[in-house]
Amino acid sequence: MNKDILICGVGGQGTVLASKIIASAAMDEGNSVHSAETIGMAQRGGSVTSHVRIGENVFSPLIPFGSADLLLAFEPAEAVRSLKYLKPEGVAIVNTVPTLPVTESLNPGAYDPQRMLEYLKTKCACIFVNSDEACAPFGSNKFFNIVLLGIAAGSGKLGLSRETLIRQIEQRVPARFVDVNKQAFEAGCELGKPKL
Amino acid sequence: MGNAALALGALSAGVGLAAGYPGTPSSEIIEAISKRPHSGVHVEWSVNEKAALEVAAAAAYSGVRALVTMKQMGLNVASDPLMCVSYVGVKGGLVIVSADDPGPISSQTEQDSRRFADYCRIPVLDPASPEEAFQMVQDAFELSEKYGTPVILRPTTRVCHAYACVDAPETTAPRQGEGFVKDSKKWVIFPRLSYMNHGRIEARNVEIAKALSDYGYNRVEGSAGEKAVVASGVSYAYVKECLKNRPDVRLIRVATAFPFPESFMLKALAGVKEVMCFEELSPYVEEQLLKLAGRYAFNISVSGKLDGSLPHNGEYSTEICAAALSRFLGLGIGLKQIDTSDMPALPLRPPVLCAGCPHRASFYAVKRAMQGKKAVFCGDIGCYTLGNALLLDLVDTCLCMGAGITMAQGFYHTDKDAVCFAFVGDSTFFASGMTGVVNALYNEGDIVLVVLDNSTTAMTGHQPHPGTGRNMTGNFVDKVDIEGVLRGMGVKTVLTVDPLEHEKAVEAVKACAAQKGVKAIIFKSPCIALSKPKGKCSVDADKCIGCKKCVRELGCPALTVSGGKVVIDRNLCTGCALCAKICPMNAIGGEAHE
Repeated sequence: MNKDILICGVGGQGTVLASKIIASAAMDEGNSVHSAETIGMAQRGGSVTSHVRIGENVFSPLIPFGSADLLLAFEPAEAVRSLKYLKPEGVAIVNTVPTLPVTESLNPGAYDPQRMLEYLKTKCACIFVNSDEACAPFGSNKFFNIVLLGIAAGSGKLGLSRETLIRQIEQRVPARFVDVNKQAFEAGCELGKPKL
Repeated sequence: MGNAALALGALSAGVGLAAGYPGTPSSEIIEAISKRPHSGVHVEWSVNEKAALEVAAAAAYSGVRALVTMKQMGLNVASDPLMCVSYVGVKGGLVIVSADDPGPISSQTEQDSRRFADYCRIPVLDPASPEEAFQMVQDAFELSEKYGTPVILRPTTRVCHAYACVDAPETTAPRQGEGFVKDSKKWVIFPRLSYMNHGRIEARNVEIAKALSDYGYNRVEGSAGEKAVVASGVSYAYVKECLKNRPDVRLIRVATAFPFPESFMLKALAGVKEVMCFEELSPYVEEQLLKLAGRYAFNISVSGKLDGSLPHNGEYSTEICAAALSRFLGLGIGLKQIDTSDMPALPLRPPVLCAGCPHRASFYAVKRAMQGKKAVFCGDIGCYTLGNALLLDLVDTCLCMGAGITMAQGFYHTDKDAVCFAFVGDSTFFASGMTGVVNALYNEGDIVLVVLDNSTTAMTGHQPHPGTGRNMTGNFVDKVDIEGVLRGMGVKTVLTVDPLEHEKAVEAVKACAAQKGVKAIIFKSPCIALSKPKGKCSVDADKCIGCKKCVRELGCPALTVSGGKVVIDRNLCTGCALCAKICPMNAIGGEAHE
């Protein structure tokens, strides 16, 4: 398998865990994997991206523009910011709930998330998901990373089996949160199933 | 992770001592060593990079293999022992990992550690991937021992924080040293010894350059032609990504910038008329090629940073390399992309202090206490540099580790009317703040020292430090008490206050500002990322008049405005209730309020 997956969002949303689970699951399935993360100052509320590159003949740690098969966006404006990485025939799975930057609060309305979503629709195939609604059963948006992973798996765009992904979730989240994360993953899979 | 690969490589090489100071992008190396089985290996977070290198030098004098880790800024701090140990030499391998940060992504400068290696006349290896980092750190130990010299290993952010699959041995064991053998002609640096060794080092470097010309990572790919591409570090990975389907292009990879592998390069350039260099940070290899062309008087055109073909600043990418390669080779390189030229304007996201961060409360207490007064606010290196972010805007200067204290003193001597503040984090205080306090005391400075003590090294990923009572061996040790240290130095007023007790905090600042001499406030409250949130606050929409005072004054990411009223993001709020304390309408409450 050769697949480039870009994960983008705002520092603190849990993008790193999502990318680690995808990368390790891909390794479990016998693939060579390269990935890269944003770590450091930008983690404090800045734009963050994780690059996961599955397959052979990969050199750059970052996905080249126009090479990603899948974009997992935790935030509408971040999806637009990272759109350049996506292949023209690639798919974007996008959270519709915006994270407003602090400075935006003094200038309300300057950032229009609806406009971002409309723009995305004109550019690529999109699956939209509302993180507030999707995470309501779990009591916290902290589980959105796993829901999003479920959507990607359920949609068939991730190219990894649900079982391998669940095994990685079991290994990587604290024991007391394993069950709720598995439920979040399953809920995501349902949401991601192609609609007939 | 590349940093974990470096750690595994060092363990595989039989490292016996590893010391470092946290700094992005290098911090995870020491952590990875401590997480792996490492029986018999001493691992420590030293108080700063100079201390780390000196601890490691002693191990290397004793025949033990020693690793020192730091970010590039740390190499400045460690430059004193580095320069000297370069002259003295080592017995056990001594490898200094100095992680460079093109961008810069999390650093003050875009300095190039390869130049430091040249300056110190010691070898430097330059990995392009985590896989190479794993192997190269082992090669670096071999090289170090063979020639009795410290060796720098220079990864960059995209190597340190990239992940790849590496096969590492399950068990490793440190190589035993014979212990320190007294030999004052060897281990005591003296002008005569330095004179002798300087000559030996230059002669030895010629030999090392010859040996490195046969080093496997210095290699030529692709078929011969009149044009060649030279790449070093992670730029090699970007160039290779562009040229992976172009075996017709000659690609020369330089993995050892110093001593420059001259005979390798002369062979690689046979028949080449034009060459383009790809390297981040500084045009080091490019300059070596120009030197080579000058010395051997061959006619070759060298392009790169110096002729403007590639940028001096910022990190490189596949795209930057593809564009330059397309121009140089007259080829179209690059993938079909979605046209994003009509993209709507995107919100900027400068990094900010976390919601609930106690530093926000500390800064705000100082801001309120100093309202309408002339003051200079000197910041320092750590999360609290973000005190400069809008809307808090309370950091006027930031230079380098510990500089806030000495600069505050300097401002006092140039403007006696201003109250001069120095903000310093707990870890930075131990790293390089203490000498500044002594300097201010001795030279009659008049400053308010504000120690922001959150009991961790937060920005780099929560490493312990001397004030936390834990160290990297996992042991509980006596805490070095900041208040006690300050009093011992002679600071007479030292107030320890919880910054979240807002009124008390403001009073403490006012009291210190009114006194002469060196005064200190220790704002003590644990990092919010490590402590359990106290609850959630919420806004009573009926009471909120939309004045946005809370938003404007605090710049907390949990505070947003919707429909003219303030809304608190429940996913971010930790219930610190600082906003509740400043709301003029009493519209914000804690959990009890709900």
